[in-house]
Amino acid sequence: MLTVVIIMISGILVGYLIRSFEKLVKVNDKLTTWAIYALLFLMGIGIGANKVIMNSLHTLGFKALIISIGGVAGSILLGWLTYRVFFKKSEQ
Amino acid sequence: MKGSLIILGFFSLGILIGAYDITPSFLLETDYSQYALYVLMFLVGVGIGSDPKALQAIKAMNFKILLIPLTTIIGTAIGMIVIIPLLEGVNLKEAMAVGAGYGYYSLSSLIIKDLHSEWLGVVALLSNVIREIITLLLAPMFAIIFGKIAPICSGGATSMDTTLPIISNASGKEYAIPSLVHGIVLTILVPFIVSFILSL
Repeated sequence: MLTVVIIMISGILVGYLIRSFEKLVKVNDKLTTWAIYALLFLMGIGIGANKVIMNSLHTLGFKALIISIGGVAGSILLGWLTYRVFFKKSEQ
Repeated sequence: MKGSLIILGFFSLGILIGAYDITPSFLLETDYSQYALYVLMFLVGVGIGSDPKALQAIKAMNFKILLIPLTTIIGTAIGMIVIIPLLEGVNLKEAMAVGAGYGYYSLSSLIIKDLHSEWLGVVALLSNVIREIITLLLAPMFAIIFGKIAPICSGGATSMDTTLPIISNASGKEYAIPSLVHGIVLTILVPFIVSFILSL
């Protein structure tokens, strides 16, 4: 956890230093997008190669999916309310 | 939407390669996804630092940031109450415990296996992995339909690392720090909430 925070803070410092070099900032956005693709690809490999996950998908997978959908749906609906009431106004 | 499809494409390709044992061995020996994540966190940081609007927006939000983890905790619990009639062989307490992993599959599945049973531990593993995947794939859509907080809440504890870059893309750089704080708060709370629910 600490590693992630330290890495991100050093990124913010570097970003602050290069903020006036528009080209670098644009390159950074492109790199971010490709790094996301790489991460998802590698995570896919990790899940695909995980025997516990792949073998129990057909038995417990449906129950797990319903619970995930419930959790996500409840969170985003309440998130919509929180956004409307507390965040949207201060943005404008 | 296009973003989600490309992400889904890369992810599916990875699963296929992993599942059919055709992964080049050098990819399995080391967990490269961890390094990809670190690179990504650095790039997201650079994005925030170079965007003057992002830094201003973070200052303006202050204490309100803590409302976001609260939203996720309450929203997830409400979701469990709603879906429980659809679940055969799982009671509300069990569903609540699985839901309270908030995407943190490694820790929550271990705790649930320890305090409850092997099968519920596997459900927790699967369910929380699925929560992470849903967020990775649908964050851009959630941000458009439900507003900029929704992708963070959907990501749960993962909003501090794996889903953070996608959230930052979907909701804007000014939501990257709230996303990080949200993920840290939930990550700390997961073991307490899960074991509390199972002790009821």
